[in-house]
Amino acid sequence: MAEPLLKVEGLEAWYGESHVLHGVGIEVRQGEVVTLLGRNGAGKTTTLRAIMGLVGKRQGSVRFEGQELIGARSDRIARAGIALCPEERGIFASLDVTENLLLPPVVRAGGMDLEAIYTLFPNLKERARSPGTKLSGGEQQMLAIARILRTGARLLMLDEPTEGLAPVIVQQIGRTIREIKARGFTVLLVEQNFRFAQTVADRHYVMEHGQVVDAVSNEELAGSMDRLHAYLGV
Amino acid sequence: MLEDLLFQLELGLPQVVLGLVNGAFYALLSLGLAVIFGMLNVINFAHGAQFMMGAFVAWMMLNWLGIGYWPALVLAPLVVGAFGVVLEKTMISRLYKLDHLYGLLLTFGIALIIEGLFRNQFGSSGMPYSPPEILSGPPVDLGFMFLPKYRLWVVVAALVMSLVTWLVIEKTRLGAYLRAATENAALVQAFGVNVPRMVTLTYAAGVALAAFAGVLAAPIYSVNPQMGSSLIIVVFAVVVIGGMGSILGSVVTGFGLGLVEGLTKVFYPEASSTVIFVIMAIVLLARPAGLFGRA
Repeated sequence: MAEPLLKVEGLEAWYGESHVLHGVGIEVRQGEVVTLLGRNGAGKTTTLRAIMGLVGKRQGSVRFEGQELIGARSDRIARAGIALCPEERGIFASLDVTENLLLPPVVRAGGMDLEAIYTLFPNLKERARSPGTKLSGGEQQMLAIARILRTGARLLMLDEPTEGLAPVIVQQIGRTIREIKARGFTVLLVEQNFRFAQTVADRHYVMEHGQVVDAVSNEELAGSMDRLHAYLGV
Repeated sequence: MLEDLLFQLELGLPQVVLGLVNGAFYALLSLGLAVIFGMLNVINFAHGAQFMMGAFVAWMMLNWLGIGYWPALVLAPLVVGAFGVVLEKTMISRLYKLDHLYGLLLTFGIALIIEGLFRNQFGSSGMPYSPPEILSGPPVDLGFMFLPKYRLWVVVAALVMSLVTWLVIEKTRLGAYLRAATENAALVQAFGVNVPRMVTLTYAAGVALAAFAGVLAAPIYSVNPQMGSSLIIVVFAVVVIGGMGSILGSVVTGFGLGLVEGLTKVFYPEASSTVIFVIMAIVLLARPAGLFGRA
């Protein structure tokens, strides 16, 4: 079988002195939506940030399209075709909505054009001139996702996109993720809410104490509920 | 009473206009400091020395190479800006992870070394630099006073350069990167922007602005190694009043305080050299973030 789009092996990461990831291994194939599930502090966000090159120190292997990126700086990782939508959304207050949307440079052909993005997120067009942080939480999340759709990045990493949002907005984000999957994007999703994860993902990894402890496909999910409940402590 | 005041003001208008000329230098220098501080979080104490270098490079170009004022107005900022690139790459960039104080100490030390080297080479007495032919003719009649053409040009040039800088930062894509990186540099880099290179070029641009002001100043003040250090103290007060890192704030406050200084010379000359510091103290008490600063 061909090499997966993203292959992470033995990934270790540190924030300053604290050793946060202990040999994480995951694979994401072209066109898949894969989630990282786990409790708070299990290392899900750190895994995304370590793949993106945003931790103090990292070791192991991060291969993207066969290219080793473990020694690369974050701007080169972005240019290789990986994009991150961070947990805190990272909308810039000194930029208006359009400037926020156009900020990430296009790294490859094949991203969505502005028209397609506005069709997907009509609110962003209406609020084009508002300062980015004057949007509602849901709109900010839409903006944070929208701006990485433009860049042509193949792998989109979304860190808890549903956190703190109203159910109707969560549904809209679910539709958005299915839509971008249909357009051929690959998604690595961090979620706490596994009922939501179930509606969008093909496979799930479960993390605990900075390691991957289990992997389930979405079909097996119903049969593995007891096990997952134990991990996630719901 | 009011008529008295108006009469005094009319007599003093020339002072006020000259205040505007000083204000032009305050604006340009604090603009460069604001650009650098916004991006690097470094208070560039070498700014006065770099201003002086701009004037000296223009002087050297004229006297050693026969390059006149107009080419020097472009070339000297480029030369001094290139010097800024070397400083940032080799020294300043190593300090970003440390406390602000280290950047301040380093750039202060650099300023002392640069000024020492120039004093050693050129002595402390000033050297003349004539304004270009086209700006040296008879003064312009403003109705209430005669203003040397060159001083009028300084005000216009400073206004245009401030406007260009503001447009680049507020209206262009590059400016959007700069503003975004000021808020969250790590994320901008994770979008694929080469932030370290952008930081280097921002420092160089701020330094080049200082050198541009230096070339503008060469025909007005004599070209001497101390010309920057005497001006920069006032400029730091301007930056504090305007608000650290605010582009609009530094331009408005620069010109405004030049005017205030001029007005003080009319109404109470004894206070003209301290008025800016008095305003600084009041602003710091009432609005510690500065008039245009975000708290």
